[in-house]
Amino acid sequence: MKSTKLALLFGLTALVPTLSQAGTLEDVAKKGVLSCGVSTGIPGFSAADSKGVWKGLDVDFCRAVSTAVFGDANKVKYIPLTAKERFTALQSGEIDLLSRATTWTATRDTSLGLNFAGVNYYDGQGFLVSNKLGVTSAKELDGATFCIQAGTTTELNLTDYFKSNGMEYKAVTYDTSGQTIDGFKNGRCDAVTSDASQLYGLKLKMDDPSSVTVLPEIISKEPLGPVVRQGDDAWFNVVRWSLFAVLEAEELGVSSSNATAMLKSENPGIKRLLGTSGTIGENLGLKSDWAYQIIKQVGNYKEMFDVNVGKDSPVKIDRGLNKLWNQGGLMYPMPVR
Amino acid sequence: MATYTMKEAKPAPSANKGVVFWLRENLFSDVKNSLLTLFGLYILYALIPPLLNWAIFDATWSGTKAELPSDGGARWIFIVEKFDQFIYGFYPESLHWRPNLVAFLSVALLVSLKLLKNNKVKIGLIIAFPFVCFVLISGGWFGLEVVETEKWGGLMLTILVAAVGIIASFPIGIVLALGRQSDMPVLRNLCIGFIEFVRGVPLITILFMASVMLPLFFQDGIEFNKLLRALIGITLFQAAYIAEVVRGGLQAIPKGQYEASEALGLSYWQGMILIILPQVLKISIPNLVGSFISLFKDTTLVLIIGLFDILAMVTLTNSDTNWLGFETEGYVFVTLIYWVCCFSMSQYSKAIERKFNTEH
Repeated sequence: MKSTKLALLFGLTALVPTLSQAGTLEDVAKKGVLSCGVSTGIPGFSAADSKGVWKGLDVDFCRAVSTAVFGDANKVKYIPLTAKERFTALQSGEIDLLSRATTWTATRDTSLGLNFAGVNYYDGQGFLVSNKLGVTSAKELDGATFCIQAGTTTELNLTDYFKSNGMEYKAVTYDTSGQTIDGFKNGRCDAVTSDASQLYGLKLKMDDPSSVTVLPEIISKEPLGPVVRQGDDAWFNVVRWSLFAVLEAEELGVSSSNATAMLKSENPGIKRLLGTSGTIGENLGLKSDWAYQIIKQVGNYKEMFDVNVGKDSPVKIDRGLNKLWNQGGLMYPMPVR
Repeated sequence: MATYTMKEAKPAPSANKGVVFWLRENLFSDVKNSLLTLFGLYILYALIPPLLNWAIFDATWSGTKAELPSDGGARWIFIVEKFDQFIYGFYPESLHWRPNLVAFLSVALLVSLKLLKNNKVKIGLIIAFPFVCFVLISGGWFGLEVVETEKWGGLMLTILVAAVGIIASFPIGIVLALGRQSDMPVLRNLCIGFIEFVRGVPLITILFMASVMLPLFFQDGIEFNKLLRALIGITLFQAAYIAEVVRGGLQAIPKGQYEASEALGLSYWQGMILIILPQVLKISIPNLVGSFISLFKDTTLVLIIGLFDILAMVTLTNSDTNWLGFETEGYVFVTLIYWVCCFSMSQYSKAIERKFNTEH
């Protein structure tokens, strides 16, 4: 019942953007500022620092798109959105780009009048366990007590995973995620399960972060990526290729520190990316040095990752699935040529 | 002639005065009371020293980074570091003087209302004040830099939302209450319909409606400020409650007062403004303030539509990767702020009640 109502609602809302005028790129250029939807606080992805400046992997992507359009990473207006508002804000035109740790699913992609422009973080459900258990793999968790939030997909995935591996778990259920975490903190259970990106933040919140471990197994697919309105292919291209550009830059070894020197490079791939040859920028409706500016001002994907969530950040998330394709990960930028 | 001389009253017997007497009378009057007293003392003993240790003796006030031991005392350094954000949200640091000036002007207004005698000047001040505040905070006039509403936040936003809700809903609520008592059926039913509809849904629903549904009804590209939408929602919500409080007051006024105003030849509005409403509002003060205090606390619901009031600011500052795990300190701080604000409101209401008390 509830879901049909929701579907009706979204069906209704999906009609709206089709009426909208084409040309987000022109609109953004005219406004002089990119309205970018971010979260109301997800550590490492979008959060404000002590000076009130937005920082994070998703925020850096907003900055990358701003750089592509304006040649300036700081022409972004951050619109903090809750999980429930995010799609409406995009549909109604309040924001031009949604960069808010949003999972790419079939329902969202097909029924909301939205398009996912790519994946900037491969997330998935993982396990955080107390070291007292002495386990190193999720396969050894048979009989463990879990703190879980009742009625969530996380709970469903957990049940499925244990059933398919012929194991059992004892559940301590809570109503909110906050209570669930507190339950784990206070030792009511041996393990919690959540998206891996959240688990690392959670670990830091423990009284003694070294007393818990994030297990290597990932039991669900949560590809997070930037979202745009459906039906505006030019803008979709700008957003998609801004993402590919930062990935391609990492693959080619171009970073913010060496980008200027690389302008003199004879490598044809680098020349095309930085706009010293070819017309890719013009084809996108941007300046020829769009990608050079992104790399120079915001950095390549590795830099974004390391500073915000990776080894140079307090969260220290393992690159894992988010390594480049040629290093064992899933990040595969389409060739810039 | 014998004269009566006043004798000094004898002091009470020593068994009936002093600390020991008071203790025996109030705390240890029988076995049950004694046991309860001891139990109470034990609870205080179990609670107070650890609390003081945590909050004061073992607390950390200074330092530069989050690399502090998490066992032991409160790490107030978090509050110190994020203080500006709790108070002003994302309001640019160089312009903090503007909200500060508004806060100062508010106090000045309250003081001058107490000192001034001329009612016309007072009313003029009250009407001008919101405009001055708006210009100061929002900017755009007199060469003041514009600060977009997305940047408003923290305690400033909490107070702003509550103040707008209280001030704007008050006249609307009175009109609705009068409308509900009206003899005109269309007007009466409209008012009843509005009040009952709004009171029948939770504030969170109205906020959602304002933030998620409304934008879909407008043509694309027409942007309706999110804060403004929330303010309108909150004002209408509060107005329905005020209307019911005022209606209670209206019904408590003896019928003779209404008849007296008619007998004097006053029109409906004259009678209402000069005779009925002053009495109604006076007896409604406790309920009105109660409803204002609950609105003040309800304002925190704006966090579900992505506005950063002081509570949402605590959550946000806790997702800064350099400052993870400081929820307790943040929430304790916010609790204190809420308590101070609500307690001041309740004390102010008591003062007003005393001022208008004409009973003998």
